[in-house]
Amino acid sequence: MQVLWDAVTEAFRLLLSGDGETWEIIARSLRISLTATALALVLGLPVSAALAFGRFPGRRIVLALVNTGMGVPPVVAGLVIIVLLWRSGPLGALGLLYTPTAMVIAQTAIALPLVAGFSTAALQHVDPDFRVQMQALGAGRLRSLWTVAAEARLPLLAAGMAGFGAVISEVGAALMVGGNIAGQTRVLTTAAVLEASKGAFALALALGIILLVIAFAVNLVVTAVQQHGRA
Amino acid sequence: MLYRLVQVIAAAVLALVFAACGDGDRESVILATTTSTQDSGLLDELIPAFERDSGLQVKTIAVGSGEAIELGARGEADVVLAHSPAAEQELMAAGKAGARRTVMHNDYVVVGPPGDPAGVRGAQAARALARIAKAKAPFVSRGDKSGTHTFELGLWEDAGVEPGGGWYQESGQGMGATLQIANDKDAYTISDRGTYLATESARDLEILVEGGGELLNVYHVIDIAEDAGERVNAEGGKALADWLVAPAAQNAIKTFGVEEFGEPLFVPDAGKTVEQILAGA
Repeated sequence: MQVLWDAVTEAFRLLLSGDGETWEIIARSLRISLTATALALVLGLPVSAALAFGRFPGRRIVLALVNTGMGVPPVVAGLVIIVLLWRSGPLGALGLLYTPTAMVIAQTAIALPLVAGFSTAALQHVDPDFRVQMQALGAGRLRSLWTVAAEARLPLLAAGMAGFGAVISEVGAALMVGGNIAGQTRVLTTAAVLEASKGAFALALALGIILLVIAFAVNLVVTAVQQHGRA
Repeated sequence: MLYRLVQVIAAAVLALVFAACGDGDRESVILATTTSTQDSGLLDELIPAFERDSGLQVKTIAVGSGEAIELGARGEADVVLAHSPAAEQELMAAGKAGARRTVMHNDYVVVGPPGDPAGVRGAQAARALARIAKAKAPFVSRGDKSGTHTFELGLWEDAGVEPGGGWYQESGQGMGATLQIANDKDAYTISDRGTYLATESARDLEILVEGGGELLNVYHVIDIAEDAGERVNAEGGKALADWLVAPAAQNAIKTFGVEEFGEPLFVPDAGKTVEQILAGA
C-alpha cells in the first residue's frame, strides 16, 4: 500500500516540479503517439470509406482482416517491423531502427486496424439513404462522403481516441523497435518497464500515473471538441 | 478525383513522418549489452561521457547476454558488452568480431532469506545449490539465456543436479525483477553483486554465499567486424570498445557506486586476462 501512496506523491512531484527528464519523456511520448494516431487516421479513414461504401470482391475478407488486426498484440507488430527495419532487412538502408520514426511506424501499424475498423462501423451506421439523397441533390461523390463523415463525427473521433489510447499505452513494440534509449527513444511506458525491472516500483507506478494523466488531458480536449454544441 | 485524394494522403503521410523524425543525423553506434550494466546505472555514467569525447551517438540496447551476442553475430549491433564467456567465444569463433577484451569484473552471489532453510550459508557455491535442491527450497532462476542464467546453469551442472520441479521457478525477467520475486517468495537466487546492491526492493534477502574464483563475473567488450552483416559501423564500434578499456573509463568504473552503496559495483580490469583476475581475486 505504501508503494501506491509513494507513487501518487512521486507522480505529482515529477509533474509539478518541472523535472526536465520527465517532461522530455512526456513530450516524446505525445509526439510519437499523436503522430502515429494522425497517420492511422489519414490512412485508415479512406480505407474505412472504401469498406463502408465500396462494393468490391473480397470486401468482407478485408473487413474481417481489419477486425482481426484490432487484436494483434503490439509485440507481434513490433517483431514484424523490427525484422523489416534490421540492417539486413528490406528497409535496412534507411537506418531507422532504434529511432522515434521506427516507433511511429510500429504504432501506426497498431493503431491502423483500430481506426479503420471503428470508422467503418461508424460510417456504416449512418443511414444509407442519407448519402443517396445527397447525391440526388447533386453532390459529388467526395462531397457526399464528406457530409456522411460529418454526420458520423462522434464515432469517428471515438475511433481516433481508441487508436491513441492503444499506442500511448503500448510497450511491446516501443521497447522492441525503439530500444528504450535514454534521451532518444525512451517513452513513458518503456521508462516504467525499466524502473520496474530495477525494482523501483514506486517510480514505475508514478510514470504510469503520469501516463494516465496525460492520456486523460488529451481525451478531455478531444471530447470537448466532440461534444461541442451538445448539452 | 481519386488520384488526387491519393496524392493528398501521400503528402500528408510524408509530412507527418518527417515531422516526427528529428532524430538528428549524428553518426550512431549500436551497443548491445546486458541488463545488469543498465540496471546498475553504470552505462548512464559511461555512455554520455563517450558521446562527448567522440561526437558519436550511442544507441544502447540492453537485453540478456544471449540476445546481445546474437545481435552482434547478425551485425545488428556494432559492439557488444557481455558476461557470458561460452557464448562470447562462439561469437569469436564464428569470425565475425574484432577483438574480445576484458573490461571489468564483479562477482556473483547466492542470496536467500535470512532464515536460510537449506543451510547454505558460507558453503562453496556448487555445494550450496546441491543443498537447495535437496531441501527443495524455492529458487528463482532468470530463465532468459542471460549471462547470469547461463552461469547459474553451469553451477547446477557442477552441483550434479538437474534443476526442476515446483521449487525451481523461472522468472523470465531481468535481474532486478528476479531479485524482487525471490524477495517476495522467500526464495534463493543468484545475482551479480552490483544489481543486488542496487535493487532496493530486495532488501530482505541476504548474501549467503560469496567469494571464491568460481563466482567471478567478467565482462568483455567485443567489437563487431564489418563483414558480420550489412551496414555495420565497425569503426564506431571499435571506438567505443577502445574507449571502454582506456584509463578514463576504467577510472570511472573504479569509483562508480562508491558514493551510493559504500563500495564499488565493478572492478576495472582492462588489459588483464581472466587468469590474472582470478589470481588477484
